[in-house]
Amino acid sequence: MAQMTMIQAITDAMRTELKNDENVLIFGEDVGQNGGVFRATEGLQADFGEDRVFDTPLAESGIGGMAIGLALQGFRPVPEIQFFGFVFEVMDAISGQMARYRYRSGNSYNMPVTVRSPFGGGVHTPELHADSLEGLMAQQPGLKVVIPSTPYDAKGLLIQSIRDNDPVIFLEHMKLYRSFRGEVPEEEYTIELGKADVKREGKDVTLVAYGAMVHSALKAAEQLEKDGVDAEVIDLRTVSPVDYETIIESVEKTNRVVVIQEAQKQAGIVAHVASEIQERAILHLEAPVLRVAAPDTVYPFSSAEEVWLPNHNDILEKVNTVMNF
Amino acid sequence: MKRTIENVENQFETFQILNEDGEVVNQDAMPDLSDEDLQELMRRMVYTRILDQRSIALNRQGRLGFYAPTAGQEASQLGSHFAMEKEDFLLPGYRDVPQLIWHGLPLYQAFLFSRGHFHGNQMGEVNAVSPQIIIGAQITQTAGVALGMKKRGKKNVAVTYTGDGGASQGDFYEGMNFAGAFGAPAIFIVQNNRYAISVPVEKQSAAQTIAQKAVAAGIDGVQVDGMDVLAVYKATQDARERAINGEGPTLIETLTYRYGPHTMAGDDPTRYRVEDEENEWEKKDPLVRFRKFLEAKGLWSEDKENEVIENAKEEIKAAIKKADEQPKQKVTDLISLMHEELPQNLQDQMEEYKEKESK
Repeated sequence: MAQMTMIQAITDAMRTELKNDENVLIFGEDVGQNGGVFRATEGLQADFGEDRVFDTPLAESGIGGMAIGLALQGFRPVPEIQFFGFVFEVMDAISGQMARYRYRSGNSYNMPVTVRSPFGGGVHTPELHADSLEGLMAQQPGLKVVIPSTPYDAKGLLIQSIRDNDPVIFLEHMKLYRSFRGEVPEEEYTIELGKADVKREGKDVTLVAYGAMVHSALKAAEQLEKDGVDAEVIDLRTVSPVDYETIIESVEKTNRVVVIQEAQKQAGIVAHVASEIQERAILHLEAPVLRVAAPDTVYPFSSAEEVWLPNHNDILEKVNTVMNF
Repeated sequence: MKRTIENVENQFETFQILNEDGEVVNQDAMPDLSDEDLQELMRRMVYTRILDQRSIALNRQGRLGFYAPTAGQEASQLGSHFAMEKEDFLLPGYRDVPQLIWHGLPLYQAFLFSRGHFHGNQMGEVNAVSPQIIIGAQITQTAGVALGMKKRGKKNVAVTYTGDGGASQGDFYEGMNFAGAFGAPAIFIVQNNRYAISVPVEKQSAAQTIAQKAVAAGIDGVQVDGMDVLAVYKATQDARERAINGEGPTLIETLTYRYGPHTMAGDDPTRYRVEDEENEWEKKDPLVRFRKFLEAKGLWSEDKENEVIENAKEEIKAAIKKADEQPKQKVTDLISLMHEELPQNLQDQMEEYKEKESK
């Protein structure tokens, strides 16, 4: 099996679907000859031609609107928003339009669009590049929001997202792009959207995370093991819709939960997860569900990132509280 | 038709074929339409004027919902649409229900759109989407539809409509610019009816015309007398020819006027318009001038017009009856329309609402 970085797995997924379905189109700012600012589309224009993989004018709303129009003509667009902090420019096309087309048209039209975009902190970007805005997307009915944490998941989830007949926001954490390699089959495979994955089995406490925080949770779990606490780590993989079943099954076993996100605390994905847990399994809980999240400020300038981003020590602190409640 | 940027405003003279008295002032530009076509254009305009009057009355009786009056804009709406083929794709704004109807949407569905029932938006075989509510959102989508047609090798165009206010949106420029950059077969029609709800067009932009905004996108632009159905038809037909010949998109500005309020939801034009202005525009009425033109050719008569009016009234009555017969929408309908397959949260909510609705 090949060893790939996450960015290689993402390119591989797009290459697979460009081959499988002639309706798949990949476009965005710099995705053509340049292969994208992170090289996610490296070599794709050369292999599939400018008709299938192409640069657009620099305008995110135009990119989103064009994706909708192409979908109305039966294409399967995979537009890239160069950094997810630019999503505010294309919010109407995403939330006001593509998320609603199936409903609005009473099933006359659907939007098989996968909006790919890099996000996430810790790589010293300028302002409005690193923000975790998945909560904003998850608030919009009609969208699925997918965030992989490993190269293997990235390939299977992206292929499945492109094949999905409804719009998917596919968010790629920049810190994970090249930080490690993992085993990725060269053949095609898919991972069902809306299904969480148990990344580490344990019996004493459940850590629910997604994206880069999965790795912080795994690091915390290693430390906890030394202290005699056996932590289970659940990777949501799809943050909308959330897979409650996998979470509840785990909570019924461990009776203690810490939910973790890189995004600001207020109105976040894990606030929703915590709420579902107490609605569905309160009698199984030995302690309140605690959250690890960033403070409710705007995303900081890069020299303050390291003190602002949640890390494995924050997770250990909350686990300590729920274990000793 | 592509303009230079020197003295740009002087290059956008208003294109006209029929003057206010129904006289041909530009014989060279006269479109090649048969007598039957000319009569059909008049029939559609008369029908749509009646539909507008009836829709306003039905709205006041509480029998229709959201409605944006169309009287005054018939030439802009129907002259341009008359240049479209059935396989061309229509992306209307919210006032552009008449074009949808003539593109094939059954009248009772247009009424259901007004009532806020999703069946009104189910296009079936009609190459169109339902009227866009967000001003300008349809314009970038039009660039995409047009690019898709080009990729498919179709000899068709995507046509969209907005108003003078819509020309201020970022999406207006982005849509034109994308279509221009990709050489996509799109036609962008701005019905400049002088008011975006209450704000006059003079406050929208320092540009003297909306048509000249085409210059910045590097596409063709034309300003046309929007009360002259033949001029609007001809300008759109020419734009369509260029588009399917691979010569790219066109922006068409039609100078028109809405006689009524912005919508029936409480807008009062006396707060922002004066009666003198309204009277001036009514003298330019598209039906009056085209009627004179047709009568002079012996192609129209009072009897013929009355026949169209009676027919329209009957069809409207039947369509309202059919709209009344549609099943009421349920929450479970809405849940089932969100995704192809229901995710966990909506599966749970589906069960919850099935239970509630069974009581």
